[in-house]
Amino acid sequence: MSYLTLSLTLIFVLIPLILSRTLKLGLEKDTLIATIRSIIQLLAVGYVLQYVFEVDNIIFIVLMILLMIGAATQNARKKGATIHGITWKLIVTFVFIEVLTQSILLGFQIVPPTPQYIIPISGMVIGNSMVLGILFLNRFTAEVESRQDETELILTLGGTPKQAIHTQLITSIKASTIPTIESQKTIGLVQLPGMMSGQIIAGADPVQAVQFQLLILFILLTTAVVTSIMLGFLSYPTLFNNRMQFLKLKS
Amino acid sequence: MIQAAIKFHDVNYSADGLHILKNITGSFPEGKITTLVGPSGAGKSTLFKLCNGLRSPDSGEILIKGKPIEEYNPVELRRNVGIALQSATMVKGSVLENLDLPLTLQGKSIDLDDAKELLHDVGLADNILERNAKDLSGGQRQKLSIARTLVNKPKVLLLDEITSSLDRVSQHDIEELIEKINEKYGTTMIWITHNLDQALRIGHCTWVMMNGELIESGDSSLLMNPNDKRVQDFVKGEIE
Ligand SMILES: Nc1ncnc2c1ncn2[C@@H]1O[C@H](COP(=O)(O)OP(=O)(O)OP(=O)(O)O)[C@@H](O)[C@H]1O
Ligand SMILES: [Mg+2]
Repeated sequence: MSYLTLSLTLIFVLIPLILSRTLKLGLEKDTLIATIRSIIQLLAVGYVLQYVFEVDNIIFIVLMILLMIGAATQNARKKGATIHGITWKLIVTFVFIEVLTQSILLGFQIVPPTPQYIIPISGMVIGNSMVLGILFLNRFTAEVESRQDETELILTLGGTPKQAIHTQLITSIKASTIPTIESQKTIGLVQLPGMMSGQIIAGADPVQAVQFQLLILFILLTTAVVTSIMLGFLSYPTLFNNRMQFLKLKS
Repeated sequence: MIQAAIKFHDVNYSADGLHILKNITGSFPEGKITTLVGPSGAGKSTLFKLCNGLRSPDSGEILIKGKPIEEYNPVELRRNVGIALQSATMVKGSVLENLDLPLTLQGKSIDLDDAKELLHDVGLADNILERNAKDLSGGQRQKLSIARTLVNKPKVLLLDEITSSLDRVSQHDIEELIEKINEKYGTTMIWITHNLDQALRIGHCTWVMMNGELIESGDSSLLMNPNDKRVQDFVKGEIE
């Protein structure tokens, strides 16, 4: 695509701007900010990727992944601010899920060990792990808060912290992973997944595009389940002290 | 002399910057029923939570059967010092599952006949076993909560306003049950109540707490003619 045709795509920005102005929706400012940010961010990423692909140096790949993990942590930690040490718990989770998925992919030679594969797949894994982390933390902190009485009851009866928080933990793990699993049931029927569409538009063989999409879907299943479980098991102990007393959430 | 089941020595406790318990010193005699009375917000329920290690004091010492509370394993301690919580909280599930909870936590399960007997003891019909516990009435939940606390066969039983939503007849039945358990097993009872008649009926001893302090303690008869002016006013207000 040339820069001329690319600039023509701004028509799609003008339409909502004009509609917002005429109907007084007040969306102009946010639309403009979103447009400008996406142009700058994506172009920057494009050039960085181009450079990283050319140099093909492991250090740059690792740097990019660390950057992704940093950004994901920054985004997700706000949702778990009431849990002690949530920042490092998120970092550990993201690093673990990244190492796990990449070792399987590269170890079994499912994809070639080049930045063209490693970086986009890492982006999807870490991005989805972040979304799952946010879903999980939202639900978990709400469950813990609203069911304090039950937690205290179980402790009173001589239950361990794990028993006292079990229901909340399982409910939150399930609730946060269900959307990922459910969305895979209808995938392709209504909407073609973004990555697959992109590949087809770029001229790839549809069947090959499907194969890659399946690979991604399965990776995301692991990502979803492992992220929630790991965050859950890292988080719940901070709600108790070593005398098995239930601590209040940080406020 | 009767040994103290639970002994407080100069205990202070605060939460969220609020000084809730202030220099509490006193003891609960073993094998007796001690009532704990005082106005709302006096710190009675909080004191219970310190007795079975759900909270730890900021300063001072709590002795359970002569041994510092920190030396007990928390799980063991809580099974031996049971609380029937003021809120009569139920977990999701049936009446049976709730009754079974103390044993489920130990990987065991309750004998069905035992379950029925316990329900009978607290005055609940055994045909409610399969009902959803959250659907019970306030009074039924209180009865179930008492029965559930009995499952662990605690040596010390802390009862937090367990008859507040009960009719007079049920109230008397529960009082009889508690007295029977006290006599039969020598279980030490501490009973928080807002009902001073009840305190006089069932208590051997009493503690009067106000605003986080232990004002008076001793034989139940002190409620009839208290020394402290504040207690006199409180007693007058409650009986009127
Ligand atoms: N977790 C907590 N955090 C902050 N304050 C608390 C906490 N628990 C209790 N309090 C405060 O401590 C005081 C004593 O509460 P507590 O529940 O022990 O009173 P109580 O004597 O049992 O009253 P009632 O007769 O109404 O049940 C109250 O002022 C209450 O607001
Ligand atoms: Mg209370």
